[in-house]
Amino acid sequence: MSAEVWTWIIVLATFALYLGIGYWARVQETAGFYVAGRGVPPVANGAATAADWMSAASFISMAGLISFLGYDGAVYLMGWTGGYVLLALLLAPYLRKYGKYTVPEFVGDRYYSNVARVVAVIAAIFVSFTYAVPQLRGVGIVLSRYLGVDVATGVWAAVIVTAFIAVIGGMKGITWTQVAQYTVLIIAYLITGIALSNFLTGNPIPQLAFTFSDFAVRLSQLQVELGLKEYVAPFQNLNLLNVFLITLTLMVGTAGLPHVIIRFYTVPKASDARWSAGWALLFIALLYTTAPAVAVFSKYNLLNTLANKTVEEVQGIDWVQKWSKTGLLKLEDKNGDGKYQITAAKDTNEITIDRDIIVLSTPEVAKLSPIVVGLVAAGGLAAALSTAAGLLIVMASAISHDLYTRIINPQASEATKLTIARVVILLVTVLAAPFGINPPAFIAQLVAFAFGLAASTFFPAILLGIFDRRMNTQGAVAGMLVGLVFTATYIVGTNYLGWPRFLFGISPEGIGTVGMLLNFLVAYLVSRATPPPPAEIQKLVDEIRVPKGAGAAAEH
Amino acid sequence: MSALEAYWKENLSLIRNLLIIWALASYVLGILLAEPLNAIRVFGGPPLGFWIAQQGSIYVFVILIFYYASRMAALDRKYGFED
Repeated sequence: MSAEVWTWIIVLATFALYLGIGYWARVQETAGFYVAGRGVPPVANGAATAADWMSAASFISMAGLISFLGYDGAVYLMGWTGGYVLLALLLAPYLRKYGKYTVPEFVGDRYYSNVARVVAVIAAIFVSFTYAVPQLRGVGIVLSRYLGVDVATGVWAAVIVTAFIAVIGGMKGITWTQVAQYTVLIIAYLITGIALSNFLTGNPIPQLAFTFSDFAVRLSQLQVELGLKEYVAPFQNLNLLNVFLITLTLMVGTAGLPHVIIRFYTVPKASDARWSAGWALLFIALLYTTAPAVAVFSKYNLLNTLANKTVEEVQGIDWVQKWSKTGLLKLEDKNGDGKYQITAAKDTNEITIDRDIIVLSTPEVAKLSPIVVGLVAAGGLAAALSTAAGLLIVMASAISHDLYTRIINPQASEATKLTIARVVILLVTVLAAPFGINPPAFIAQLVAFAFGLAASTFFPAILLGIFDRRMNTQGAVAGMLVGLVFTATYIVGTNYLGWPRFLFGISPEGIGTVGMLLNFLVAYLVSRATPPPPAEIQKLVDEIRVPKGAGAAAEH
Repeated sequence: MSALEAYWKENLSLIRNLLIIWALASYVLGILLAEPLNAIRVFGGPPLGFWIAQQGSIYVFVILIFYYASRMAALDRKYGFED
């Protein structure tokens, strides 16, 4: 059977699986809808968090991105993993102990202020929306690349599957489909990673081949010979300051992203939240330590196979034909010498490689069966669908729980609350679709903003809410506003208004760290100049600091 | 000092120590000292600074979280704060 037939079979089978799990996990009460009834075992929550976290971009584009950045690609590898240490040590167990439904809810209650609650609601929706749009689009792109389905049809397929699971099963349905989606995506990624590693290095474990072979050094030398940048040398694309600040912004932003935080509300106990963060990072690390190996092996193989080879030789390779057709690989013998040269200068370069090829071409390069091609497509879809679902429930719960139940109609009956929750998540999912089909051009840059915003608003507000008993509403709100306004101004100014990077040349991707520091500083100064929070809030802080049940802590 | 204060103090010092290791692995060895460390190659593999930034630091992060979870489980027991 051809790769396309296999892809249809595997994609439809996995969609049916997700819908089946969604139906099995349907819920009838708000605790089930918002936090999966707090009955998710730590290991399962770890897998769900890993799927929630790893997006279409992590699965399809990250290894390619790293292969073009060399050492500097470490900003993503460290930045998108190191935040889990902050989450496990500083946030997750305490937020689980607090035991409510959403992130804005903690901010609003801890700072005894509906102003703080509404600021957090707006930030949560904004952060999640900018992140959700590329996920829906990712589904459309994978389906169009592999199956020739129109992108719009692909996006609607994603919307229908996600809406079905989310409306009937809420967080419980999303959680258990994410567990299945993690399984699909990690199997797909590891199969191709292992096959590629075995095919090119003779060692089937990518991490070991990366650590004990000299492929990275050979790639580095090959790149230098071809006039490209040295692969293993630091700071070739980003300077030291930016590598440092982007990594830190991504780490802190990860810990502050609401869709990641709320996953830890679903485990039974506060102590489970700590273990679950460990499992989540272990599951994420399986992909994140394979990606740099795939990046090195695949890039070396591509350059070695294509550069300075004759036109006849190259055109005879079957995967070259295939990827040229998709436009992801462009070959043009500009100087007519019968060979393809790769050069750093654009006008003489004859080989243009789209970074997505690094992952997408691996099944063909390693001569794997057509089944694996279908599996890679299903893996990319699983990564996109799982992340989209996690983001959609954050947006929906911010509206239905934080705005409706907590502010507009606190007296609503359980049945009304649940109906509102279902209707809102359906509306949010459907309304996001047009943006997935035709994403506004600024959305891609806004994803960097999502991390900067999470780092400069949520992270300090939540951290201080737990670790600084004296932090009050004035300090927290002032800190969040200063962090938000500063970070937003710098990102918008340098991206859209043509401002120079006036602050030490800091990239907009790394400015969130500065916003975070300003937030901490302003929050501290303002809180010390204003009255302390009420006694019951200080008691609440003491209670969330210990895992043991409600109220008991203060007696010790 | 109450049990809660003693528990919290021990927790804070554990967090501080683990975050020092977290920062050493990523920011100091993986970034600030990446260039000099790249002069070293272990087992014929890639240069050390590059390897730490793209591989080793991630292993350290995973170990740190599991270590923290197990130490906190012991601390919860010691003070009778288990959930």
